[in-house]
Amino acid sequence: MVITIDGKKCEFTAGQTVYEVAKANGISIPVLCHHEQIKPVGACRVCVVEVEKARSLVASCAMPAEDGMVVHTSTPRVLSSRKLSVELLMTQGHHNCITCESSGDCVLQDLAYSLGIESPRFGEPETYRELEQANEMIVRDMNKCVLCGLCVRACNEVQVNQVLDYSGRGPTAAVGPAFGLTYENSDCVFCGECVRVCPVGALFEKQGRFQGRANDLEKVRTTCAYCGVGCQMDVNVKENRILKITTPREGAPAPNFGSLCIKGRFGYDFVSHEDRLTKPMIRVDGELKEATWDEAIAYVAEKLGSVKKKNGPDAVAGLSSARCTNEENYLFQKFLRAVIGTNNVDHCARL
Amino acid sequence: MAGLATAFGSGAMTNSITDLGESDCFLITGTNTTENHPVIATFIKRAVTHRGAKLILADPRNIELGKFATIWLRQKPGTDVAWINGMMNVIISEGLLNEKFVTERTENFEALKATVSKYTPEYVEKISGIPAGDLKKAARLYAKSGASAIVYAMGITQHINGTDNVKSLANLAMLTGQIGRPGTGVNPLRGQNNVQGACDMACLPGNLPAYKKVTEAADRKPFEDVWGVSLPDKVGFTIPKIIDAAASGAVKALYVMGENPMMSDPDVKHVEKALKNLDLLVVQDIFLTETGNLAHVVLPTAGWSEKEGTYTNTERRVQRIRKAVDAPGEARPDWEIITLLANRLGANWKYASAKDIFEEVRKVTVSYAGITYDRIEKEGIQWPCPNTEHPGTQILHSAAFTRGKGLFSVCEHIDPAELPDNEYPLLLTTGRILYQYHTATMSRRSKGLVSRTPQPFVEIHPDDAAKLGIAHGDKIEVSSRRGSIEVFAEVNGRCDKGVVFIPFHYSEAAVNRLTHTAIDPVANIPEYKVSAVKIRKVA
Repeated sequence: MVITIDGKKCEFTAGQTVYEVAKANGISIPVLCHHEQIKPVGACRVCVVEVEKARSLVASCAMPAEDGMVVHTSTPRVLSSRKLSVELLMTQGHHNCITCESSGDCVLQDLAYSLGIESPRFGEPETYRELEQANEMIVRDMNKCVLCGLCVRACNEVQVNQVLDYSGRGPTAAVGPAFGLTYENSDCVFCGECVRVCPVGALFEKQGRFQGRANDLEKVRTTCAYCGVGCQMDVNVKENRILKITTPREGAPAPNFGSLCIKGRFGYDFVSHEDRLTKPMIRVDGELKEATWDEAIAYVAEKLGSVKKKNGPDAVAGLSSARCTNEENYLFQKFLRAVIGTNNVDHCARL
Repeated sequence: MAGLATAFGSGAMTNSITDLGESDCFLITGTNTTENHPVIATFIKRAVTHRGAKLILADPRNIELGKFATIWLRQKPGTDVAWINGMMNVIISEGLLNEKFVTERTENFEALKATVSKYTPEYVEKISGIPAGDLKKAARLYAKSGASAIVYAMGITQHINGTDNVKSLANLAMLTGQIGRPGTGVNPLRGQNNVQGACDMACLPGNLPAYKKVTEAADRKPFEDVWGVSLPDKVGFTIPKIIDAAASGAVKALYVMGENPMMSDPDVKHVEKALKNLDLLVVQDIFLTETGNLAHVVLPTAGWSEKEGTYTNTERRVQRIRKAVDAPGEARPDWEIITLLANRLGANWKYASAKDIFEEVRKVTVSYAGITYDRIEKEGIQWPCPNTEHPGTQILHSAAFTRGKGLFSVCEHIDPAELPDNEYPLLLTTGRILYQYHTATMSRRSKGLVSRTPQPFVEIHPDDAAKLGIAHGDKIEVSSRRGSIEVFAEVNGRCDKGVVFIPFHYSEAAVNRLTHTAIDPVANIPEYKVSAVKIRKVA
């Protein structure tokens, strides 16, 4: 089956939306309330396109492709509607990019910029809402919320934690835990999926706040240090410091496809804790005293050598770690087997 | 792992994480998945809520997954062989077994059949406390679903008969043919980032990399060739035996890399005595741990975000870690330190990078041979991956078991080593919680995590609490025959009457001062899930 988008014939399979077919064919349609892992709702109207013979503009993210459909993604009618939608989204809140953590990584900012919106046409709300920042991990700035509902849908559809929902109507409409509770006081488990999918600056990580934004940060892809799931994540670094852990909003790889838990997303600050060991130490007169690497290695080698000589290799044993890398574990057992000559090597798999 | 290796020939998760999303039915037991493998739990919860998959939960505690369960079997801790045999009894007597699979792919079925014949649901109810009707429903649901997956963790293995528990689950999967296809299998969830890798790399006393045997000359030969030495042929000591040998003086020097036995091992007093008896204790770590405090030499290492390398996750996927920041002070990667030591002792190792080491791993480890740093640059690959054209393996045992035919093992219920009595009337079970991790050297140094659970606690049933005059938040002394600790009361309905739960993360209230050293004779895993304790309110 084939549809035509901006003059290009595009093949598709049943069930694909117009947005998906366009994306697969390199035709970009902007979206805001859409996410590839979440059921489309077509709420924000940013992704509207013109379909020939259709009565009105349609939300491409929610519109199933039909054989023979002819679609135009950037007619004046589409652009003017899209611009109005974004202007209306902007009027719902205080979108101050100057100190916003999401500046440089914000769908609304990109849309307003690319649509050439010089200033909010309809003004801003009169009230300003206090930020929720009592917990140590997530800040909620509901002044910047555009009610796309992605946080609610991610909480329920992706993580299935069933904590966030919609409340209120019209100007009092809101997203959050039941009864207006804070994250801290609700059943929230701080997986941070809502932060991941938030397309604006309404939900963001607290610890690195005011220390670096998207354009200052280098992302280093790595594997989580905690449990055995092996979640893939990006360590965000500025000037040799980790400011936050993120995962790609879309296109994230197996096994976690962008989801994390509280430990993976927020449990990284042990790395720069003041208790970190920085120098080798040798016990002298009952106390651990700093030593050079050369002294420490010589001390250990001499002792291991003499125990092996006097009591045999099996008087030496090693405990390796399920926390270390494959390379390190390989080398550790090779050290005990090939250098010391014992099979006394084990690790904490049993514990 | 020993249990699965016996049954299938390979002790690893048979299926994959993504694959769990395709299951029609889950049997989840001994894993508090939402807390200990939260992201895997999301696959299970999505399958249940979005696709209508069924969930059988067998757990003594009323854990979060209970909300998603079709049937919840609340067994008494330490009765797993009984209820699993009971499920098989129902399946055989109701003719729900997969006869074709049993005939073509397995052996020793008659012995299994004879053994489970006495485990009628009524008999099992007496042992496990699981109502006979619920057990029957669970057995039917598991056997009849198109694709049923068993998921388990340390709640199954940390018993004196942990190996039998695992073998029983393997029996159940083979009996119904719920293995070797998408959405099925027997899936142990590994608790630490690289347990699978540490096992694959043979930090085990009887194995060489890729599960070759130290006792087999033919297995040793390739390693002797590459390493240029002759290798010891006697199986070494497991952790509990190493600790005992240190206490007796048979082991004189212990080199500890990134482990904290003073927190993680059973009966901490015994561990302390053993470690203090050593002529040399070297501890290599990122923090000064409880174990480091007893060391003769402490070596500072680079942490997870400060070095290059690979981890292998619970589904056998080999993935990269990368250096993001510099290690503090003079700390250096573990592999560099080991190399320095080896060369000081006369070896001539020339590794210049983690990649150099991985290239040697590939050479001697068949299942890793096809995995290269280049190939896993963007996404990890699951072993076995025998050559660089091979895409990796998502599902094990699909055409045949690693050992050929699957082996049914005969397992009988035995009582745990220490059950409650008049003096110590409560059953203590231990584990982890969402907000902390293992011995907590990392997680208790993280602001966000600490803010969620600042203090050690004991979960206790409201009826038991009322009987002892204990209110939520009271300070409680918990004692066993080995020692006592002070924790705060968390009065809730998660544990059944007569059972208490304490997480093992808190050094000021190390629960392993209470646990005992009875171990599974095959896997040498301690029985952390059952010991007898008494509690009282601290005035």
